[in-house]
Amino acid sequence: MATPNKNAAPGRGLIFGDLWEFDPAPETADPRLKARYDLFIGGAFVRPRSGRTFDTINPATEGKLAEISLAGAADVDLAYRAAARAFPSWSALHGRERGKYLFRIARLLQDRAREFAVAETLDGGKPIKESRDFDVPMAAAHFFYHAGWADKLEYVAPGRRVAPLGVVGQVIPWNFPLLMLAWKLAPALAMGNCVVLKPAETTSITAMKLCEILQDAELPPGVVNIVTGAGETGAAVMGHPLAAKVAFTGSTEVGKAIMRQIAGTDKKMTMELGGKAANIIFDDAPIDQAVEGIVNAIFFNQGHVCCAGSRLLVQESVADRVVAKLKSRIRVLRVGDPLDKNTDLGAINSREQLATIRRLVASGVREGAALYQSPCVLPQKGFFFPPSLFTGVTQSHRIAREEIFGPVLSILTFRTVDEAVEKANNTAYGLSAGVWTDKGSRILKMSTELKAGVVWANTFNRFDPSSPFGGYKESGFGREGGRQGLLDYASTT
Amino acid sequence: MSAQPKSRIPVTKTPKVYIGGAFVRSESARTFKVTDRSGAFFANIPQCTRKDLRNAVEAAAKAGPGWARRTPYNRAQILYRLAEMIEARSGELVASLVQFGARRADAEKGVAVGVDRMIHYAGWADKYAQLLGSVNPVSSAHFNFTVPEPMGVVGVVAPDSPPLLGLISMIAPVIASGNTVVALASETVPYPAVLLGEMLATSDLPGGVVNLLTGFRKELVPTFATHAQIRAIYASAGPDDRKALRLGAAASVKRVRFSGTEGAAWLNDAAQGLERIGDFVELKTTWHPIGA
Amino acid sequence: MPPRSSHAAHARLLDEVGSVDQVGIEERVAKFTTRSVKKEAKIWGLKTALSMTDLTTLEGKDTPGKIESLCRKAIHPHEGLVTPTVAAVCVYPSMVRHAKAGVGASGVKVASVATAFPSGQTHLKTRLAEVRGAVADGADEIDMVINRGAFLAGDFAQMEDEISEVLEACGAATLKVILEVSELETFDNIRKASFIAMGVLRPGDFIKTSTGKTTLNATLANNQVMIEAIRDFYLDTGIAIGMKPAGGIKTAKQSLHFLIAVKETLGDAWLNKKRYRFGASSLLNDLLRQLEKERTGAYQAPYSFSDASESY
Repeated sequence: MATPNKNAAPGRGLIFGDLWEFDPAPETADPRLKARYDLFIGGAFVRPRSGRTFDTINPATEGKLAEISLAGAADVDLAYRAAARAFPSWSALHGRERGKYLFRIARLLQDRAREFAVAETLDGGKPIKESRDFDVPMAAAHFFYHAGWADKLEYVAPGRRVAPLGVVGQVIPWNFPLLMLAWKLAPALAMGNCVVLKPAETTSITAMKLCEILQDAELPPGVVNIVTGAGETGAAVMGHPLAAKVAFTGSTEVGKAIMRQIAGTDKKMTMELGGKAANIIFDDAPIDQAVEGIVNAIFFNQGHVCCAGSRLLVQESVADRVVAKLKSRIRVLRVGDPLDKNTDLGAINSREQLATIRRLVASGVREGAALYQSPCVLPQKGFFFPPSLFTGVTQSHRIAREEIFGPVLSILTFRTVDEAVEKANNTAYGLSAGVWTDKGSRILKMSTELKAGVVWANTFNRFDPSSPFGGYKESGFGREGGRQGLLDYASTT
Repeated sequence: MSAQPKSRIPVTKTPKVYIGGAFVRSESARTFKVTDRSGAFFANIPQCTRKDLRNAVEAAAKAGPGWARRTPYNRAQILYRLAEMIEARSGELVASLVQFGARRADAEKGVAVGVDRMIHYAGWADKYAQLLGSVNPVSSAHFNFTVPEPMGVVGVVAPDSPPLLGLISMIAPVIASGNTVVALASETVPYPAVLLGEMLATSDLPGGVVNLLTGFRKELVPTFATHAQIRAIYASAGPDDRKALRLGAAASVKRVRFSGTEGAAWLNDAAQGLERIGDFVELKTTWHPIGA
Repeated sequence: MPPRSSHAAHARLLDEVGSVDQVGIEERVAKFTTRSVKKEAKIWGLKTALSMTDLTTLEGKDTPGKIESLCRKAIHPHEGLVTPTVAAVCVYPSMVRHAKAGVGASGVKVASVATAFPSGQTHLKTRLAEVRGAVADGADEIDMVINRGAFLAGDFAQMEDEISEVLEACGAATLKVILEVSELETFDNIRKASFIAMGVLRPGDFIKTSTGKTTLNATLANNQVMIEAIRDFYLDTGIAIGMKPAGGIKTAKQSLHFLIAVKETLGDAWLNKKRYRFGASSLLNDLLRQLEKERTGAYQAPYSFSDASESY
């Protein structure tokens, strides 16, 4: 098995070769896909009135997985009417009983966790180890956490009575399809709202599979309605007159369009938009853990993460060491078949997204930043992009300002604490930030100064149902998770 | 040799707007005429322009970090001191409200509630964080906590009725948490806001924390909506202004809140409270590792 | 003479070698446990782990007979399975000559714990005499314990000097320096102690986690801290130090997790017994059991393997 490694660095380098190459370890659980998915309206699967469908593909193979219904305005309207019909009895139901439905959903999702993980990976391209160990269990955890709130709502807003808003329209992105659905559904339902939700057009499958669970849980018809489709369907969901509130997770550009679309209405809004998070490494940081944190920050889910640590700010005195260690670390990242249990980076979600990443990377090269890419071999078919680093990046580079939403890291340096703060905040975004230092008081100082909704100290990309998540500035407003997130689905008097 | 005047001629005041701790005229030198309840000329009031608004935002932005860094106890005391200033000159405020059409009893009630409201929010300054924030029991070795932080510069568009109580009620919850304010006073009854500015100036409130503009809504609302450095809007507004503010706010993903309170309802306790502070804070969640 | 301030000494050293974040290192090693090693790769991993095993017996009741049977097992781990030999047998000094006779010309090394193992709490000259005795009896490798008291007191010079003297007493024998990580308590301390030891050692010598005689032994996390220290030291100096986790590694699956950590941290050059060892007693049988399962496709009962501690 020992063959000379072509990629071995000369001299003192470490050899990350193929002495011990892992055999393929594909996850084989059956995702139990249907050939065709209808809309879920009023507790039943119904053909779209539009009569139109579209294909959803596996981005790792470009093969068709299923046919998805395209909801038109009439379908969205039906969904809203079903939700409005369900609202009086659902909102009047004792919180204890509403909670039991949510507990059931959490449990049923845990029962079918592996099946959902495989479906998520097939449809979205993310590594099975992430869908298995993160997306699906975290989605179940969100239902479980919010289930327990349903009969404790009088504690949510001190001194005020809370009430549900009515029907809520929700549009979610393709990067964490099932998890974002859970983030949206669970608090809305716990508070007593009814929902019309639209998943992203490239990743509808797990949302439709969840409808099977909603049926098994005997959730009253109309409480949750799921309509599939692309931007036009989304606009119909956001703009429907029966929506008392809309919640959107996606790009800042689309978020702004929605804000304009509904400017003439009094709908409440929650917006979870883009980010260009700074991940700040001080010279006293635990360097190896910081390097690991950089990897988690930018390569988790192929960098398709709104809060990804896409701007690395390293203190000059340790920049060379950090970059050298980072290069060495990404050599052992395994890129390939998302279903393989050893895959660290799976497929880019869509051809369009791959094109966006390539375009922005090309701009980085054109603007003179130095590109380093892992020497990994990419699969022949499907949409893949290697883990990539840019060094020599300055604040004015496009790759330091625009969200790439891919496995591409821009590395900048700083000298002092103040400079780190200035550079980190020098963006219209403000979703998240990372701080790496051995000094506890500096963590809290940085956390105070950084204009970001989530600050991770000596960690990155961690989430929890009890931990409020959401942005400052153009990264959006409103929170998801925790008591604060729940309150965004309530009216108070 | 001139004739002896019958009586002393009063020295009239030139109303000015309060920006960055200074009293200034509009950069445009424009004014609009304000008459009292009898229709008599009262004064020329600055008709502020979008540039005045811009200058006010700059003053507010400059004052922001320092105000946000004050201790909550200190902000509480400064708000309380402000209430003292208003109370001490309440007669003047009442007279001015009456002069522009309010019934005396209503004016007295309004000013008294305004003072009490300022004290209400003074008391909140060192408490709201305990109620809006939280320690979150996450499933990992992290101390996870959420704290409210000021948003930055907040634009306030005050109601015409009640002109003074509305303005006070909208400014106080915004500055209690460390935001700074650029406020547009009532277009129909602007003078009490000018008086309020004089009280702000003699309180301990640092210059620039509250900036008071007078002028026309129609001219200024679009700039309130689109100025990217204004991070949130708190407005008393009808449907058209609401739409205009929301439309303009989209470009910079600005937070937009409407007072939802009208007329005499501003006198009620329901017109104040924690959630009005909560509307103008960002929630920041920090994950701090636990390890040896 | 005691140092002026143990705190200052520790602070200076930490500044020099860098700190370790506990939460972060635990997150890192959790990823190794999600790797899935199947088929040929699994067999290669199991056989490699077997070849790296220092088959150990360190009991008061050890006898020449026990050592003889241990050596036989070391050379021929299991009838009917083609496997390498283990790397070494690891015994107390009094058993070295029996072990030497037992392994004969098989190539299996004889390692001896020495230096008043496991506490190290006797006079240096006694500890050195013990090392010399073991080497004279034929030990190929010496597993020493560091002076944890000196380390914790910040008297790094004493700790270093003692390692140097033991090294000298070893002659040609390979030295493995046991940090006894459970007594150092923090990952920062493990990293610091690793650097002190490596600063004295020759290429090919080892640092080792534990004696196996305390409550907490080798874990993936302290293994990771030490192999990251080895990597950093190697990249700085070109001196390649070996690593030996010991104590608590009982299952084949665990050993594969450790090897994955080596593969992804130190790379291919450390995936051999010259640079990586497992100090273990029951690991060998579980490796054999899994290899036999891979060969036959059937799960195996523990009692089918010689010297099994499980009899049920």
